Amino acid sequence: MSKYYLNYLGELESEAIFVLREVAAQFRNPVILFSGGKDSIVVTHLARKAFHPAKFPFALMHVDTGHNFPETMEFRDQLIQDLGANLIVGSVQEAIDKGRVVEEKGRNASRNVLQITALLDTIEGNQIDCAIGGGRRDEEKARAKERFFSHRDDFGQWDPKNQRPELWNLFNGKHFQGEHFRVFPISNWTEMDVWNYILKENIAIPSLYFAHERKVIWRNNSWIPVSEHLNMDERDSPVTKKIRFRTLGDITITGGIESEADTLEKIVEEVAAMRQTERGNRADDKRSESSMEDRKREGYF
Amino acid sequence: MISYYAEKMSIENNQLLRISTAGSVDDGKSTLIGRLLYDSKSIFTDQLEAIETTTKRKGREGIDLALFTDGLRDEREQGITIDVAYRYFTTPKRKFIIADTPGHIQYTRNMVTGASTANVAIILVDARNGVIEQTRRHSYIASLLQIPHVIVCVNKMDLVDWNEDRFLDIQQQYEGILSKMSIKDVRYIPISALEGDNVVNRSENMSWYQGAPLLHTLETLHISSDLNKIDTRFPVQTIIRPQTEEFHDYRGYAGRLESGILRKGDEVVALPSGFNSRIKSIDTFDATLEEAFAPMSITLTLEDDIDISRGDMIVRKNNQPNQVQEFDAMICWLNSSPARPRGKYTIRHTTNEQKSMITEVVYKMDINILERNSEDKEIKMNDICRIKLKTTKPLMIDEYRDNRATGSFILVDEGTNETVAAGMIIS
Repeated sequence: MSKYYLNYLGELESEAIFVLREVAAQFRNPVILFSGGKDSIVVTHLARKAFHPAKFPFALMHVDTGHNFPETMEFRDQLIQDLGANLIVGSVQEAIDKGRVVEEKGRNASRNVLQITALLDTIEGNQIDCAIGGGRRDEEKARAKERFFSHRDDFGQWDPKNQRPELWNLFNGKHFQGEHFRVFPISNWTEMDVWNYILKENIAIPSLYFAHERKVIWRNNSWIPVSEHLNMDERDSPVTKKIRFRTLGDITITGGIESEADTLEKIVEEVAAMRQTERGNRADDKRSESSMEDRKREGYF
Repeated sequence: MISYYAEKMSIENNQLLRISTAGSVDDGKSTLIGRLLYDSKSIFTDQLEAIETTTKRKGREGIDLALFTDGLRDEREQGITIDVAYRYFTTPKRKFIIADTPGHIQYTRNMVTGASTANVAIILVDARNGVIEQTRRHSYIASLLQIPHVIVCVNKMDLVDWNEDRFLDIQQQYEGILSKMSIKDVRYIPISALEGDNVVNRSENMSWYQGAPLLHTLETLHISSDLNKIDTRFPVQTIIRPQTEEFHDYRGYAGRLESGILRKGDEVVALPSGFNSRIKSIDTFDATLEEAFAPMSITLTLEDDIDISRGDMIVRKNNQPNQVQEFDAMICWLNSSPARPRGKYTIRHTTNEQKSMITEVVYKMDINILERNSEDKEIKMNDICRIKLKTTKPLMIDEYRDNRATGSFILVDEGTNETVAAGMIIS
């Protein structure tokens, strides 16, 4: 007799598919928040699986800081074309131009926090009642308490002390007009699980995740890519290094690590041996001990 | 250098184990979780550095492992856990998810939440205090939520001179309270979370203990048979209709097989309609399957074109759930507004949703002394009660002790949309 149990990756996949199908059943206008990073790519892949042989009933929504890796944008556009999916773009540049937000100044300026306004404006403008994200509970301590179905009030805010209890697999997505939900199908996955899954499923990811030569500067303990958007001065001395990125975000704050891992197999091996969390290279999380929590309360991803 | 625990695990044979822990401020729960993560090399250097910095700032020495599990800012400031937090770690044998919940009575609802999906509960007993009110409370919840395995960790053995008699005495105390509960599998382990004895590594201070340390126990616990593989239950989540040229007439029922096994060609019945059919195909993105088992997410197609929608259930013809409109259940009230007498609530049971009314409060359970109170009928937050519930249309139910998926439900307040109660069906 064959074994009647799923291995852990199979169980995580089944759980995520269940969650995605609940979203389709419980919401009128759900979208997948798509950053071009590996987590949102995995969520998109899971959505394909969940509704096969039909197309998945979600548009992809990209919050565009204007400070992108060109590789991410190419990847995004190719994927949209392959899937025949709709793309909704929330533009931070547009929010700045309209005076909705003010650009940060100085050497460490970033558009990270500004994304919140662009995100919430786009959700409201498109009457989106559910935004599916690739957030994982192992990423950060404020995320460790996040629900699968996370309620946002009509200001888009998260109230961590007043979250709906979530029992068994009975997800309650009921909401009033103007409110929305954030849903995280891969809540229970770790970075290692994501990489093992990408390898197992052979999922295409942007070339930035593989080791490549790049002009970088050493800042905030990681290799920041030199780009037209980076504020540099005489203290910065660009060098060429073989690096890869563990997470992808705004090009001005996403740091790379030195690496020789240029295949999925090598990446999985490297991640298994890592002694630093992946967000250790994200300057946005280093601003204070509760910076992620504060941003999440305001409506961040 | 790759450490033993960071070694790439083989995916094929590794299962997921969901652990629930509950504990109060002083019983060492956070230290125990910190110890499990630390000794299994699951704490990253930047996390460790952050803990070292905080430990120093608080004027203490070394690494306070308990700090690793502190989550939200309010909690860090008050030094307590106020919500369920989830932790992850992996060994070459298994992937673990820990639902870490506060143990105070005020947080019963969080304990219930953490326990709802757990395969195993870790119950901490302070070796100096023995079985106390809180131990009874945690154990009752583990029993109520039918967590298949319970591990009683007698902690702080270092403070009772690693004394075997003390350990056996506590084991006996615990067996005394077990008679009031239905816990199937109980194990006892003497540990010191602070010193690390019997957590990951075998204790040198307690050579009298012949059993396995905690981690090894968690790695080898037999969990494959915990899920009901007999009673086939397939609640329909959504209908898949591609409406493309290639799949013109395709009509698939998407859902997760919550229990049991299904094979192509099986005779099935759709509830509540009662129409019979056969399984034409079991589809997934990767392949069409000959058979599927719980908890797989699949899409079924049937030989006959019958009307099935979300909330319906596909089961075997010769093994059907009860279809009832009135039943008894234990509930835990989760909301700060008390239950309204004869209040109407939306009930979510599997993927089905109906209106319901609490027709009677049979008794309230005092979970500190494990006694029933039939006088007090007011249901407030954190109360656990036996009630009678009536629904507008029949539900397809099983008893919770036979089937966690078809025996559980939540109640939602239509006025606020909040989840106000968690329920376990008795009959």
